[in-house]
Amino acid sequence: MSTNDQHTPHESAKTYGQLHRRLFEGRAAFFTVAMTIAVLIGGIVEFVPMFTVSYGPERAEWITPYTPLEVAGRDIYIREGCYTCHSQMVRPMRSEVLRYGEWTRAPEYMYDRPFQLGSRRIGPDLQRLGGKYPDAWHFEHMRDPRATSPGSVMPAYSWLHERALDPADVTRSVRALQRVGTPYEGNLATMVPQEMERQGRQIVANLGQASIQTTWDREIIALIAYLQRLGVEGREHLAAQGNGQ
Amino acid sequence: MGLSTASEPTPARPADPHQPNYDDTIVKMFFTATVVWALVGMLVGVIIALQLAWWPANLGLPWTTFGRLRPLHTNAVIFAFAGNVCFLGIYHSMQRLLKTRMFNDTLSRIHFWGWQGIIVAAAITLPLGMTQAKEYAELIWPIDVVIAVVWVIFAINFFGTIAKRRVKHLYVAIWFYMSFVITIAMLHIVNSLAIPAGLFRSYPIYAGLTDALVQWWYGHNAVGFFLTTPFLGLMYYYLPKAADRPVFSYRLSIIHFWALVFIYIWTGPHHLLYSALPDWAQTVGMVFSIILIAPSWGGMLNGLLTLRGAWDRVRTDPVLKFMVVAVSFYGMSTFEGPMMSIRAVNGLAHYTNWVIGHVHSGALGWVGMISFAIIYWLVPEIWKRPLANPKGPTQHFWLATIGIVIYTVAMWAAGLMEGVQWRQVNDNGLLAHPIFLDIVHRLQPFYWLRLVGGSMYLIGAIMMAINLWRTIHGPAPQLETASTAAAGGAY
Repeated sequence: MSTNDQHTPHESAKTYGQLHRRLFEGRAAFFTVAMTIAVLIGGIVEFVPMFTVSYGPERAEWITPYTPLEVAGRDIYIREGCYTCHSQMVRPMRSEVLRYGEWTRAPEYMYDRPFQLGSRRIGPDLQRLGGKYPDAWHFEHMRDPRATSPGSVMPAYSWLHERALDPADVTRSVRALQRVGTPYEGNLATMVPQEMERQGRQIVANLGQASIQTTWDREIIALIAYLQRLGVEGREHLAAQGNGQ
Repeated sequence: MGLSTASEPTPARPADPHQPNYDDTIVKMFFTATVVWALVGMLVGVIIALQLAWWPANLGLPWTTFGRLRPLHTNAVIFAFAGNVCFLGIYHSMQRLLKTRMFNDTLSRIHFWGWQGIIVAAAITLPLGMTQAKEYAELIWPIDVVIAVVWVIFAINFFGTIAKRRVKHLYVAIWFYMSFVITIAMLHIVNSLAIPAGLFRSYPIYAGLTDALVQWWYGHNAVGFFLTTPFLGLMYYYLPKAADRPVFSYRLSIIHFWALVFIYIWTGPHHLLYSALPDWAQTVGMVFSIILIAPSWGGMLNGLLTLRGAWDRVRTDPVLKFMVVAVSFYGMSTFEGPMMSIRAVNGLAHYTNWVIGHVHSGALGWVGMISFAIIYWLVPEIWKRPLANPKGPTQHFWLATIGIVIYTVAMWAAGLMEGVQWRQVNDNGLLAHPIFLDIVHRLQPFYWLRLVGGSMYLIGAIMMAINLWRTIHGPAPQLETASTAAAGGAY
C-alpha cells in the first residue's frame, strides 16, 4: 500500500495516525479484541443492572402467570403477528390514559415471553383491552373486523373459528415456560387439557348468551381468553390502591 | 486537509505480476442472490403497503395477512438483500484489499448456500406463522441455530483471509467489516437464547422488559451493525474507487470508526422511551443516541468530502449520483434518528408512521442506493463488459430518488398527523379525536401515496435487474474496456 506521511500537514495528526497504524492496523488479532471490548461495554452496562432487583424492572405478586388457555391464545397472537399493528404499552401521558386507561406498570410484563410491546399502532393499543368488550364482540370482530369496527383495515381471521386447539402442544408450551422460570403450580403441566376446557367452557357459555354456538376447543376461544385478560390484573390492582390518575 | 492516504487502495493499480488469483465466482453468486432477494423483498414491501391502503389485499388467507408478511418483508430486505450486498462487497473488496484469495473456497460456498437456505427457510416459515415475534429476530429457533453456524463459518473464512493477507496494514473498510462479523454474532446469539417447546416454538430466557431491552439492544444494532458499519466499509472501498480519489481524511476515519462501534451499542433503549423500562436505562439510551450524531456525520463527511475535485463527474456518472444520494440520506437519517430519540420528540413520533418514514429514508436512501451504486460499478468490472443499457442507471437513479422522496414525505405527514391527533385534547379536557378509527381513515391517502413511492423504487430495481441480466447474458461486446467501465467512464 502507498506510504502517506509526506502529505500530513500536522505533526499531531501524523503521530496520531501512526500510533493507530502501529497499534491496530498491522495487528489484526489485537485490533479484533480491542474492537470487541469496545462493542461489549454498552451492552454490559445496560444489562447487568436489569437482572438485579434495585435497578431492573419491578416484579409483583398481583400479577399471575397466563393460564394454559391464555398461553394458547398468546401463541396465536404471536403466530398471527398481531404485534406488527398493535402495541401493548400505555405511556404515562394524559392523552394515552384518556384513550386507553391506566399507564402500564413494569410488573405487568413479568410473565411475558416474548414481550409484546410492539413498535407501531396501525390499530389501537391493546394493553388495557381486557374486559372492554364482551366475548361476543371479539368473536365477531375476528370473523369480520368491519362488522364491529366500520372501516377497519384489519384482515379477517375467520380460520380461528374453525381450527382446533391442540392441548398436547399447549402442554409443551406450559412445560417450556415452567423451565424458563414461570412459577406454575407443580402439577399444572399435567392438567393442561382439563384447565383449558374449564376456562374455555366459560367463554363458550358467555358466547351462548349472545346466541353464538361454538365449542371450547376452537382457536378463537383461546385468543379471546388471552385478549380478555390483557391489563385486567394491573387495572384492578391500581384501582384497589386508589392509584388512579 | 488531505490528511493522508495511509492505507487506502491505490485506485488504478498497474498490472501486477504477483496479483493473486481472486475468487470472483463467489462474488458473482452473491451478486445474483442480491438482485433476486432485492426484488422479492421490495415486492413483499409493496404488497403490505397495499394491504394497509386496501385491506382486501390480505386475501382472506392465513399465509398472506399483513401480520405474517410484514416480518417476511423486513427479513427479506435486511438479511436477504442487504446481507447479500454486504457479502458480495466483502468477498470482492477484501480479497483485493488484502491481496489474497479468500481463505477457503469451500467455506465460501457453505456460507453462500447456507445463507440462501436460511432465507428460503424464512420465506417458508414466516407465512406459516412460525415466529418468535421479536422484530428482525422472528425466525424460529432451529433457523437461529443454523444462522449461528453459518455465521461462524463466515467468520472463520473472514479472519482466515485476514490471517493470510499479503498486505500488512488493514484498510479502514476491513475495520468496519470486522465490527460487522463480530457484533452480529454477539447480538444474534444473546438475543436468541430461548427454551424450545417443540421444533417450531420457543420462549426466551428473558421476560418482559428485560426481554424488551435485550431485543432492542439487538434490534437497533441490527440497524447499526448490519445496515450501517458494513455499508460504511463498502463506502470506504467503492466510493474512492468510483470517484478515483483517495479518502478525504484518514484521521477522521479512525475517530469515527471507534466512536461509532463504541456508542451505537448503547442506543437500544430509545425504542422503549416512556415505557416502564427503568428511567436510567431510557435516559442512557437517549443520551447515547444523540451523541451518535457525531460519529455518523464523521462518516458522512468523510464520504462526501472524498468527492472533492470530482463533483463535476457526479453530473455524468450515475454510480457517483447513487453514492452522493446514499451518503446524503445516511446523513439525514442519522440526524433524524437522534432527534426522534429525544424523549419529548419520541412522545409524538413513537408508534406512528414517522418511524416507518425514518426507517425507509435509511433503508431505501442509504442502504438501497449505495447497494445499487456498488452493483452498477461492480458488474462491468467483474464480467468485463459494459452495461447493456448505459442510460439505465440514470433512469433508475431518478425513479428511485423521487420514489424515496414521495415515500418519506407521505410517511412523515401521516406520522405527524396521527401523532398529533392521538394526543390532541379539547377545551373540556377530553380527547379531540376519541375514535381511533377516524384517524385510521384519514391515513388512507398517505398509504396510497406511499404505495406509489414504494412502487417506483421497486420498478427501478426491476429495470436494474433486466439491464444487468442483458449485460451478463447478452452477446459479448466487441470492444472490451473494463478499465473505462470501472472508472465510470463507460456511461
